[in-house]
Amino acid sequence: MLLLDRHGRKDDSFAQLENGKKIAGKAPLVPLAALEAQLAAQGGAPLGVLVENNVRTAELEPYFGKLALIAIRFPSATDGRGFSLARQLRERGFIGVLRASGPLFSDQFPQALACGFDEVEIPDANAARQPVEQWLAARDRITLAYQHENGLGESILELRRARTLEKNLTGAKNV
Amino acid sequence: MYRYDEFDERLVRERVAQFASQVERRVAGALTEEEFRPLRLKNGLYLQLHAYMLRIAVPYGTLHARQLRQLAHIADVYDRGYGHFTTRQNLQFNWPKLKDVPAILGLLADVEMHCIQSSGNCIRNVTADHFSGVAHDELEDPRPVAELLRQWSSLHPEFEWLGRKFKIAVTGAAQDRAVLKSHDVGVRILRDPTTQQVGYQILVGGGLGRTPMVGRILREFLPREKLLSYLEAVLRVYNLEGRRDNKYKARIKILVHEIGIDAIRAKVEAEFAAIDSGRTDVDAQEFARIAAFFAPPAYESLPDVSRKLEQAQASDEELAHFVEHNLFRHKQRGYTALTISLKPVGQAPGDATSHQMRVIADLAEKYSFDEARVSHAQNIVLPHVRLDDVPEIFAVLRAEGLGTPNVGLLTDILACPGLDYCALATARSIPVAQALAEHFADPAKQKEIGDFSIKISGCINACGHHHVGNIGILGLEKKGAESYQITIGGDPGENYALGELLGPGLPAELVPEAVDRVVAVYLARREPGESFIEAYRRLGLAPFKAAFKEIADAVA
Amino acid sequence: MAAVKRPPLPVILVANDLLEGDVVYAVAGGWTRDPRQALVASDEGAAQALEAFGATELRQSRVVDPYLVDVQVGDGGLPLPRHYREVLRMLGPSVRRDLGKQADFNY
Repeated sequence: MLLLDRHGRKDDSFAQLENGKKIAGKAPLVPLAALEAQLAAQGGAPLGVLVENNVRTAELEPYFGKLALIAIRFPSATDGRGFSLARQLRERGFIGVLRASGPLFSDQFPQALACGFDEVEIPDANAARQPVEQWLAARDRITLAYQHENGLGESILELRRARTLEKNLTGAKNV
Repeated sequence: MYRYDEFDERLVRERVAQFASQVERRVAGALTEEEFRPLRLKNGLYLQLHAYMLRIAVPYGTLHARQLRQLAHIADVYDRGYGHFTTRQNLQFNWPKLKDVPAILGLLADVEMHCIQSSGNCIRNVTADHFSGVAHDELEDPRPVAELLRQWSSLHPEFEWLGRKFKIAVTGAAQDRAVLKSHDVGVRILRDPTTQQVGYQILVGGGLGRTPMVGRILREFLPREKLLSYLEAVLRVYNLEGRRDNKYKARIKILVHEIGIDAIRAKVEAEFAAIDSGRTDVDAQEFARIAAFFAPPAYESLPDVSRKLEQAQASDEELAHFVEHNLFRHKQRGYTALTISLKPVGQAPGDATSHQMRVIADLAEKYSFDEARVSHAQNIVLPHVRLDDVPEIFAVLRAEGLGTPNVGLLTDILACPGLDYCALATARSIPVAQALAEHFADPAKQKEIGDFSIKISGCINACGHHHVGNIGILGLEKKGAESYQITIGGDPGENYALGELLGPGLPAELVPEAVDRVVAVYLARREPGESFIEAYRRLGLAPFKAAFKEIADAVA
Repeated sequence: MAAVKRPPLPVILVANDLLEGDVVYAVAGGWTRDPRQALVASDEGAAQALEAFGATELRQSRVVDPYLVDVQVGDGGLPLPRHYREVLRMLGPSVRRDLGKQADFNY
């Protein structure tokens, strides 16, 4: 598996349990069904949950303050439910790390970032075809967006407003 | 017309470079065909029966002369000298090479055009009434809304990987010329009856295809500043909850059908309430900026009636025919919206040669404030023509084989490309359209029949809108041969209706005769002034079915 | 593995060239645009070999959508598909005889 964020490859500080046991040095990543039990066992230590893309935001909302990471599984690259789910989690107030986990490809990286994902975890076979450099190149190919939530910065609307303001100011100076 | 600013331009240029990179990576093997396919589709590039096909978005069908000339240039340099105008107001080239597509996209960007989201499981090119801004029955020009939606939906990061395609149409007129109820979302501009405020009615869940469904009202009235936040909620609910297990059940119409309009409304309203609308609402200044591009051109003050046109008509019967059928009443006195039929007898419906595109570009420039429209009926409209200029325009059109006076008549046939080009088709469409046009070629006969629509699709995906044709023809495969199912009574407008099946499928050569029989029933039994569709509604299916049966029995 | 469903023999292998998009037919070790040159597989082994060639060429990013088409070999040496869809694909648009393979190869 390759884990990367907008800056490049990163080490995974989370790991799924093995035979019900935590991996040393890693925060546990558990399925939703095991979340309550793990929370009880964890105390306040960092914890992540791995969810399918059909989970309801309402099911996760009660845990927002207790989760360091939510990983959303993408069963295939073309199943885009995870993008809306991520957006919804962000809008409802989740501020921890959001991870997209599955066979996404590099051209989807900017979309994932725009929807609120911090990182993407892809299978090795995909990483072999599309190494980190391709992901970073894909991240920067489109530098503008009409939408507010764009992972880039100011939207085109904001840029237009700024430009109008600038024109008005220059106009005023010239008077 | 809308013009790109530096940001629109940069985005489209970057998109061209992105596609060039995608092609390179596909060839190098970094992208598999499975990954590349949706990427090329989102750039309008299909792989068809004989070659690639490139679908160019013509947002809300509006074009100016320079764009038409560029399309003609692309047709000559990179294709085979012609293009096909589609039922979604787009233009398709049938023979481009993948290696040339980045260059073609660059030429399109030069004239503020693109292929973004003209295919794929995303929000498609937004369509609108082809008489937008000029129709006498219009409350407001829908194109500023359509342009706003084009921008909002372009590369929307959350909605690039929907379960299926998502089509939006907008109208601001009393009469629905945009087939709103066949769209995933229909936006109708209207006035709130109590407050008199202008806003939108939102329809959802319409669609043709395998399971035709009629769009239902999702929101009776939406304040105009809420349009984007509301659609964001609709799309999010669809993206999260639409079916993903079966592509034939993945459109929003199936979700609406399965959970019910009330349930989907509740979900949308809940999401709409939760969305931070401050960030997604329509910015009034931005809307005004866009709307300013669509301000009416500098019309002259003219009398209602053109003596010049009247005199010319008196001595030219063909011109008189043309005036009767191809002109549409304009908001502005002394002007008309003139439809150029791309349905001359013997031609593929919607096809235009590069030469014809240039002729139309010249006419648009000279007589129509540099503007032309593509209609969903696969014709071209010159939207702002002085009545005085109609004789001159008609003279040019007639000389170029573009003067067919058949708009709205039987030979003004809608047809998808069918199996002559399309890899999805189960049967050919164009030859059936051609045979029908030849059978009913006599202008006097067409005039006698009056308003009549034939719509032909070469497969159940229904690009030819067969469900909403007065006569709908669906090409299928039956026992290893092409077979055509005929429906009757479809209507795409205010009295929206899906057609009813007349009987078993027929071979292509019997289709004109079968339609002839149906027409004969109408001619024999109509009441004075009654159109075909009105007569059908009064008489019901039975008499037409009986006439059809005589033909069908002959094959069985 | 379940038996792969193949069309009845004889068959040819058809695909689209990735970069050009044209319809191409497999010949020994390569591809042709001329259907008259298409390699006709008359037995199971030859059909399997064609299929394997198609899969390799797909992986090598040379062609797209390779599949076998059952044909009848006529007098002019043209292996004519049994299904009308594939016939149209081999000829070109029936409404434009000046385009497609029917025009390129003048048959």
